[in-house]
Amino acid sequence: MHRTRVRIVEDALDANNTIARANREDFDRAAVRVVNLMSAPGAGKTTLLEAALSDLGAIRPGVLEGDVQGSLDADRIAHLHIPVVQLNTGSGFGGECHLDANMVRSALPALALHELDLLIVENVGNLVCPAEFRIGEDVRVMISSVTEGEDKPLKYPLMFRACELVVINKIDLLPHLDFDLELFLHHLDGVHPGVPRMLLSAKTGEGVEEFRAWLREVATRVTVPV
Amino acid sequence: MHELSIASAIVDTATKHADGRQVSVVSVRVGGLRQVTADSLRFYFEIVARDGVCAQARLECTQVALRLRCRDCGQEWETDQPEFRCSRCAPGSVEVLTGEELEVDYIEVEEEAACIAPG
Repeated sequence: MHRTRVRIVEDALDANNTIARANREDFDRAAVRVVNLMSAPGAGKTTLLEAALSDLGAIRPGVLEGDVQGSLDADRIAHLHIPVVQLNTGSGFGGECHLDANMVRSALPALALHELDLLIVENVGNLVCPAEFRIGEDVRVMISSVTEGEDKPLKYPLMFRACELVVINKIDLLPHLDFDLELFLHHLDGVHPGVPRMLLSAKTGEGVEEFRAWLREVATRVTVPV
Repeated sequence: MHELSIASAIVDTATKHADGRQVSVVSVRVGGLRQVTADSLRFYFEIVARDGVCAQARLECTQVALRLRCRDCGQEWETDQPEFRCSRCAPGSVEVLTGEELEVDYIEVEEEAACIAPG
């Protein structure tokens, strides 16, 4: 027996990326634009969707809810009479902390893609893992709420760099917090210079129309192959 | 926790390239910008590799430093801070040269010694 070195140099997530491309082809065929919505737990992903999706005009939205367990978020979306599919990641070591391309693929048969213009995939609440896994989305957006503190871009740079838009939520709470918005934006610009950002409150509705307009713009984008 | 999925992907990649041979080393390169913990990766690697050709394999993780370059002035620097600003012409337009890697670099496999026919 002797030992041989086999040179590989392959992205460790190559298999995931291959499935993500297959998802993307399915989305493109159905002319559905897909948003991967990521944040820490409790940042307000579902609340923002409740506020924004009910009034998108001619755009037909759908939601894929990723959670470790349960269907609480999907139930909230279903109340709006928006098509929603729940995806639970709770098998294995206590549940996966993110969605990957294969999990999303497994949920596609339950989604009537041809009846949608825009699919929002609400990822599992987590600021680390979801940033590593492409799922076939057109665009990644993250929510950072002001209750999380201004240091988050420095602590989770991969997430803040992975997204095309940063939504800063819960601004109605600013008068009650020590949150330094200037400092947060300074850190954000250090980590992801120039990334578009929106300040809003999903609870009061302030700024939500800007997010709706962004969703409408995404839904009508001409697809760019990955 | 995503180290479990990544370890699993690494084992799959190594197994694919091992082509049935026993793997003794799996070497991966992990960029400083990736939030992957080497100890955690090794821990999960041992678990997910248990039943295949990688069962006896050692996982080697090489850290790749985050290296940036300013597109405006050409300055290059290495950093462990997620600060994508040029110190000369801040903010500048900064590109990542290295530090985003998460790749299986090579594996070492056990092979039968080639049989040389007597002359």
